[in-house]
Amino acid sequence: MPELLQFLLSGITVGAVYALVALGFTIIYNASDVVNFAQGEFVMLGGMITFFAHAAGLPLPLAALIAIIVTAGIGVALNKLAIEPARGAPVVSLIIITIGASIFIRGATQLVFDKQIHRFPAFSGDQPILIGGATILPQSLWVIAGALAVFVCLWLFFTRTLIGRAVLATANNRVAAQLVGINTNYVMTLSFAMSAAIGALAGVLVTPITLTSYDVGLALALKGFAAAMLGGMGNPKGALVGGLLLGILEAMTAGYISSQYKDAAAFVVILAVLFAMPQGLFGRKSTDRV
Amino acid sequence: MRLSSKATTLLILAAVIAIAPVFFPSSYYFRVGSLIFVNGLAVTGLVILIGYAGQISLGHAGFAGIGAYACALAPVHLGLHPALAAVLGALLSAAIAFLVGRPILRLKGYYLAVASLGFGILVSMVLSNEAQLTGGPDGMAVPELGLRAVLKAIGIDLSNTEFWYAFSGLVLVIGAWLALNLYHSPTGRALRALHGSEVAARTVGVDVAHYKLVAFVISAVYASVSGSLLALQNKFITPDVAGFMHSIEMVTMAVLGGAGSVLGAILGAAILTTLPQVLTVFQQYEQLMLGLVMMLVMIFMRAGLLPSIARRIRGRAE
Repeated sequence: MPELLQFLLSGITVGAVYALVALGFTIIYNASDVVNFAQGEFVMLGGMITFFAHAAGLPLPLAALIAIIVTAGIGVALNKLAIEPARGAPVVSLIIITIGASIFIRGATQLVFDKQIHRFPAFSGDQPILIGGATILPQSLWVIAGALAVFVCLWLFFTRTLIGRAVLATANNRVAAQLVGINTNYVMTLSFAMSAAIGALAGVLVTPITLTSYDVGLALALKGFAAAMLGGMGNPKGALVGGLLLGILEAMTAGYISSQYKDAAAFVVILAVLFAMPQGLFGRKSTDRV
Repeated sequence: MRLSSKATTLLILAAVIAIAPVFFPSSYYFRVGSLIFVNGLAVTGLVILIGYAGQISLGHAGFAGIGAYACALAPVHLGLHPALAAVLGALLSAAIAFLVGRPILRLKGYYLAVASLGFGILVSMVLSNEAQLTGGPDGMAVPELGLRAVLKAIGIDLSNTEFWYAFSGLVLVIGAWLALNLYHSPTGRALRALHGSEVAARTVGVDVAHYKLVAFVISAVYASVSGSLLALQNKFITPDVAGFMHSIEMVTMAVLGGAGSVLGAILGAAILTTLPQVLTVFQQYEQLMLGLVMMLVMIFMRAGLLPSIARRIRGRAE
């Protein structure tokens, strides 16, 4: 039993990171219909910039804040320089543009920083906490709390604020949103900034546990994409549940079946879900317009 | 006499392949050339899937992996000749594409992308994890094809790199010829119709699910043969051949040159294959440049390099 609990706890920790990446996907997808394969690079940037700012002598909270702000700026630049000029391009082109952006960011990071693996200290020490025979790192609690806080904030933002509703309106119908006076360009900028900031936050939270280097982004992007798909593209609740489910599933596979195939389990389940429910767990059924 | 666009394409391709060696200063260029042809073959398959049928796959390297490992494993375990092993790999790829394609191709856009991506990752994971069979991430040796020795016996003596340049060039021309024939066949018309609008195609009696599957299976066979050629040429293979980045490279080559045109896609393969070779001097800038090229071409030349340039030239002539 403690074994099961242990796998569950580590699964939820990893799942919370996937959920954060998936939430970032969801925001950009909602605003622009683009799946941003560079989402994982935001997580990488969050960790790397924090490490180097911290190593330069800044206190950790300030370093983390700088990392999140810089990454948000990079997200906005990505939108302005690469996504907006390509508006209306087919899905294949958009996939290649965002993958190109992800390779570009990776290349730039390895030039600006380095190719080493880095870690900065955990926020509340490394003393594991005992829960019913299983242990959890204090940093894991930070990760889980971070994911939940981001989810609640996003939910409040989209349902309770005017600008949040403007984002939803833009997602629904760009032209109609413009007609009722919504500044859709501002909405796009905001969405990319938020998405990148959430990615960077995930990087800041998880680096003390999983470490970071210039090339960790792609794997995270694929898992986050899969989590978003699992929950249903464009649905924040789906992103959260999809991310957590994926994390737990991986941990269980690694624990009970084979640690080599833990990544396989995720994709097997996603294929199964897509075959049975092509719109994901929480996705709405869509109809084609002719 | 006016040549059809099909004959023109094949002539240009064959002429470039035949004449280029005149300008090669060293055997290294033959090696790069044959790599271009091997990639070009896989990309020609993707032209059928992406350019003709309008479907996407981020997992085609999986089929290249099956073709490559068939050439490595079948001669050892089944005692097959490497050439037969390549055929077996192609058949296996076709069968797997048929089984996987049926449920996957019901999905559209990003959902299709993630499903095919998942398939590719599963294949590469099996290849790197079943180490007692495949040698794991370290890879494994592939036996000699033996065709060069046969040629030598009848008086054609080619160096190893020359032979592979000529052989993969020949296979590429055959592959391009088949793809162009397909374009003008009833199947090709059905594929283009469902690319334009699935509903419209269905209304005029096109079995959409069937034709999508046909395109998927054919492109899988192209990828598989390309993987086999790569394995036989290198005489060594690692699971990277089935990896996600290889899938992405293949799709990028196709779209970069112009996924709607066989010649364009092969040009894309040529550019992306030579780029890393040229950039070895600036190795630390390689990723930066690759990412930049991918973004710039997709933003400024949406139809891909060759169609965009062709349109510009035609526009000026008028």
